[in-house]
Amino acid sequence: MKEKKAVISVVGKDQVGIIAGVTTVLADNDINILDISQTILQDFFTMMMLVEIKDPEKMEKLQLDLEEIRNRMHLKIDVQREDLFQTMHRI
Amino acid sequence: MSLAFQEIQETIRMIQMEKLDIRTVTMGISLKDCMDQNPAVMRKLVYEKILSHAGTLVQEAEIVSEEYGIPIVNKRISITPAAELLGTSTVEDAVELAKTLDKAAAAADIDFIGGFSALIHKGAARGDNVLLDALPRALSETARVCGSVSVATTKTGINMDGVKKLGEVIKEASERTADSNGIACAKFVVFCNPAEDNPFMAGAFHGTGEQEVVLNVGVSGPGVVLNALKRYPDADLGEVSEVIKRTAFKITRAGELIGREVASRLGIEFGIMDLSLAPTNAMNDSVAEILEEIGLEQVGTHGTIAALAMMNDAVKKGGAMASSYVGGLSGAFIPVSEDNGMIKGIEDGSLSLSKLEAMTCVCSVGLDMIALNGDAEASSISGLIADEMAIGMINKKTTAVRVIPVPGMKEGDMAEFGGLLGRAPVISLNPRSPEKFIRRGGRIPAPLQALIN
Repeated sequence: MKEKKAVISVVGKDQVGIIAGVTTVLADNDINILDISQTILQDFFTMMMLVEIKDPEKMEKLQLDLEEIRNRMHLKIDVQREDLFQTMHRI
Repeated sequence: MSLAFQEIQETIRMIQMEKLDIRTVTMGISLKDCMDQNPAVMRKLVYEKILSHAGTLVQEAEIVSEEYGIPIVNKRISITPAAELLGTSTVEDAVELAKTLDKAAAAADIDFIGGFSALIHKGAARGDNVLLDALPRALSETARVCGSVSVATTKTGINMDGVKKLGEVIKEASERTADSNGIACAKFVVFCNPAEDNPFMAGAFHGTGEQEVVLNVGVSGPGVVLNALKRYPDADLGEVSEVIKRTAFKITRAGELIGREVASRLGIEFGIMDLSLAPTNAMNDSVAEILEEIGLEQVGTHGTIAALAMMNDAVKKGGAMASSYVGGLSGAFIPVSEDNGMIKGIEDGSLSLSKLEAMTCVCSVGLDMIALNGDAEASSISGLIADEMAIGMINKKTTAVRVIPVPGMKEGDMAEFGGLLGRAPVISLNPRSPEKFIRRGGRIPAPLQALIN
């Protein structure tokens, strides 16, 4: 992976500790958060984060750690490279 | 954040809710350097060459798919038209070559390999004749090998001897796979003006003007277009076209990014982007439903062709703006068996074979995945092919015929093909015979449209 920025999207039923849980996983994986935007849509928590991944080789471990929180808090978490969004929406 | 919240949400919605996907990454491989007088040696060279390039295709495509969170549904291979290799071969050798291709595809974990093909739009060379004779067996004795034959172009006219032969080939291939509804025919396409860089099966082959190895990408997205249109129920047709165009743009951009990434990981050149609205039987992934959303009570009724023409054009315009290397077929596909809306249109009596033929004048390909009555005469199938070739020749566009005479079935029956190929209601051909017309043979001369130099 040459680009190191990624978009992490988190969707799930609103509850205490979603941001804390997710950001702890990111911190543990040495991932720097550049921007966060979050809203509640009809009881559903939706968060988008732009992050910087310092060591793309460790993506697998990140996914594994996220899997734990996905299951524990019943969240949908996706990590996608940021250039996809740039390409689709910017000329 | 340079990206707006809504933009991120839109992309995620397109992928997760509306089935935006990369339909196929297709690796084109030239086999010209595998020619050998000794057929066993040639088969070995072919097998080794395919695996040396495509051995890691699936793996690399899956890594990219994971990183971007966007599915790459199919990974495929297209090769130099096999007839080019068969000049000194026997029919038996040709069938063996097809089996070798089948094995190579299986070893690379690829579901379809395209290019058991010949270009005979002006006439058939020796290798072409060998391939034509081998086709029914090659298609029915392999599971993954797809074939195609170019039998007409605007520049050369229509090779009617070839058209006659292909009616017989389709008939025989169907009969050889009678126990599975003639499925061999689902892997075979007859072309006018074929695209040499088309990534979509069954018509993909690696044209003779192509480079050594290349990656062509096919993106689809009827679901995304349908959902975009649903948000504008009262827009006029200019605005509808604009919505389709904008959606096509975004889909194409995503496809090119992914395609280039896969190509760079494989260390090969990126070829073209083919943005085609290719339906699948998954609900809401239907071209017919888009036409109905635009305002037709059911596909096939009056207005179908106008709506399809507008859609096809808007898709092309969006795609052309999004990528400098748009190629392949780029437009709307109307395969009957793979589109629930088309299937329903035929079942309800709204859509007919004649209307489908007319639709091919304005969409990107042709008569696709249509099940015919099992007792259709070879000459009638040839007649159907000749009509479709004429449409392509005069309109300077690609047209294709992929029809399946289903042994033992008649109009009103439902033929199941399984998996990606879907199911199709059987349509009867006109029982009046074009046999004499077909028997005359020869070549229909190139039309005035060809004289442009």
